[in-house]
Amino acid sequence: MTSAETTGVRARAGGVLASWERWLPWTLVVVAVSYPFWYDLPPFSYLTLDALGLELDVVIFMVVYVMLALGLNVVVGFAGLLDLGYVAFFALGAYTVGWFASDKFSGIEFSFLSNATEGANGIHLNMWLVLLLGGVVTAIAGVIIGWPTLRLRGDYLAIVTLGFGEIIPDVFRNADKLPVPGGVQGGPPFIDFTNVNLTNGVRGVSGLDRPGFGGNLDSLTGGALPVRFTGIDLKPWYFTIVAMVLITVFVIRRLERSKMGRAWVAVREDEIAASAMGVPLMRTKLWAYGIGATFGGIVGAYYGSFIGSVFPTGFSFAISVIVLVMVVVGGMGNIYGVMLGALVLEYLNFKGLQKIGDGVNNTIDVIGIDQTIDIPKYKTLIFGVLLVVMMLLRPEGLIPSARRKAELHETADFPEPDVYDDLYDVRREGAS
Amino acid sequence: MTEIPVPSPVVVHRRPALSDLLRWLFGAIILFGVGYWLVSSAVDEPERFVQVTVIGLSNGMIFALVALGYTLVYGIIELINFAHGDIFMLGTFQTQSIFTGSFQLPLLFFTISIPLGTAVSVDSSAVEKVYAISMALVLSVAFCLAINVAIERIGYKPLRGQPRLAPLITAIGFSFILQGIGLSWKGGGRVAVPQIVPDTVLIGENGTLLDFGDYPYYTVRDLMVLLITIPVLVALTVLVQRTKPGKAMRATAQDRDAAAMMGISVDRTISFTFALGGAIAGAGGVVYALYVGTTYFQLGFRLGLIAFTAAVLGGIGNLSGAVLGGVLIGLIAAYNDGFGDARWTYTVIFTILILILVFRPSGLLGERTPEGQ
Repeated sequence: MTSAETTGVRARAGGVLASWERWLPWTLVVVAVSYPFWYDLPPFSYLTLDALGLELDVVIFMVVYVMLALGLNVVVGFAGLLDLGYVAFFALGAYTVGWFASDKFSGIEFSFLSNATEGANGIHLNMWLVLLLGGVVTAIAGVIIGWPTLRLRGDYLAIVTLGFGEIIPDVFRNADKLPVPGGVQGGPPFIDFTNVNLTNGVRGVSGLDRPGFGGNLDSLTGGALPVRFTGIDLKPWYFTIVAMVLITVFVIRRLERSKMGRAWVAVREDEIAASAMGVPLMRTKLWAYGIGATFGGIVGAYYGSFIGSVFPTGFSFAISVIVLVMVVVGGMGNIYGVMLGALVLEYLNFKGLQKIGDGVNNTIDVIGIDQTIDIPKYKTLIFGVLLVVMMLLRPEGLIPSARRKAELHETADFPEPDVYDDLYDVRREGAS
Repeated sequence: MTEIPVPSPVVVHRRPALSDLLRWLFGAIILFGVGYWLVSSAVDEPERFVQVTVIGLSNGMIFALVALGYTLVYGIIELINFAHGDIFMLGTFQTQSIFTGSFQLPLLFFTISIPLGTAVSVDSSAVEKVYAISMALVLSVAFCLAINVAIERIGYKPLRGQPRLAPLITAIGFSFILQGIGLSWKGGGRVAVPQIVPDTVLIGENGTLLDFGDYPYYTVRDLMVLLITIPVLVALTVLVQRTKPGKAMRATAQDRDAAAMMGISVDRTISFTFALGGAIAGAGGVVYALYVGTTYFQLGFRLGLIAFTAAVLGGIGNLSGAVLGGVLIGLIAAYNDGFGDARWTYTVIFTILILILVFRPSGLLGERTPEGQ
């Protein structure tokens, strides 16, 4: 940490950092990075494997969601734009791999620095490039979607993004016969449509490429940097996603304290005041939306490659909501809260509820009740209860950002702020 | 809802900007295209066109019933009640229970059954059928009404005055909870509702005066939708326009503080609005169960979104707008199913939602709001 950054933190927190605040993040980084080396060793494995079931693949899914939540946090937590269709970018990122690193377009034979077999059908770009390309494609999509819609506020924006979140998987599902204007015809409707198979529809695209390193690195490192990641040795996958998250955290922390980050807060707090102070509203919001989309796309590309295939059914509204719940439960606007929320909730979602269910069923078996309760079946119910209870009891989240907390409890400090609002109704004036 | 004219802000007359012209051009092209397509379909296959229109109208009435709940609640507390579609879903489930013999209270791991319905089928006597349908209407409406009011009391009321994100997220949470309740109540598969109303053709049967061809035009089931929907709509209009609670609702929707100063109990009025929304959702559930005949626990999500689109299309907060929007969306969906490609119907509907919000956020009949600048 540079000294300038430390002073920045001090100034913000209004005091000297406690010692634990200084070493905790680094300790967590060390724990996270070294996880594959110790999680299956006896003293630790009682907790990690036996009690919690934190196999490496489970942890990878958890970290994937950490990155998704970090991306959505830029949009929702920093800029205050409620996005209910974040899954669209996740899906688009995954499909980017399907288009540019698989044998989907078998008519084309194009390969660029790829570890796919020589002369393979389809487009095969280098997977690391495809990860970045996933970010680029979604950034462009984010700007295209955001340009007309970000003028809307609050609930309307939420609904428009929800609409996109529903349309994009629908388009992927139906785009095995995507009508594309192919020419002009004599009579109405004047345009001649041809059907193009873009996504294989419900059958999805499978056989996606996996990242890897050149043959030289492979032999130099004795296989630690393999030519092609495999489904058996998950360590390279794990290190890749952890590195992606660390870079994301670094970038987001920098952005948060940049001029853009302050502009986001200003827009979130009061659009009209921010605009009056010279903050360009559209540009500020578009940046937030685009950056959030980019992270979603990159992690989507990673996810697609890790799973090895993409199906339209894998990208439902539920994912948008779960990621939003992670952001909200963790503490909107606080990077660490959001990461904690994502880890806990994706663990529960993917493994924890199943573990709890097994535990409960074993216990009631011991007591002598001959019944099984299928707890994972009630996932949506449990998440719903969690959301409602959280909103009622602790709306600022597990680890709240100082500013949000102050905002949510401001009525305690300033009694009846509504009275002042109504003397001069800013919203109505803004409508003119 | 009738609105007292608000003094409009000073409008500076200026030349329409290029973006406005493009917007109109875009709208005109789309309207022309859709119009051309509909007219040519109608000319090509008039019989089918009439039939598709009937289906669209019946579906549209159901959408309208659900959309009314969204628009009522949004009109009064500016909250998109995401749980509304799921309340409608529970209404269809309750109807199914009553048609199979009992009113049920789902309590997650067990269900209390009260023998208040009667098992009916298409062969049951008319008395039994009328009894079952009226029981379904009364009990399912009461059931949905109670849930909606309870949700408002538990979840939304404590959050009044918080940033608007808070109740919205609570609403999503309740939507999930209700889906979970539905799942534990009737399981994850499709739930078949006993078909009471026969599919008998009323108008357009071969050999009758209005014989247009091979297509059955208007069945008893379509008539059923209207027989329930129209009285509900009339009752709602009377309630909102002609009664004291309705007046209180309109006042609260316009200006909550001023209403409170006039001695209106704002809390009670908001609860009343939720009760009304829940009741209409319950009635919608009965109609849906009678008309479609199958339901499932995630029905509320997609249908709720479609109904919400209808509410936005008509102008959210506007009751006649919700009905108009519902019917239009029903027709559009039916035309796309019938003459376009049914696979793209959802995409078409959500595209309409986005286009409306982007180009005319106030909807067809609504007023401009700050959100949709």
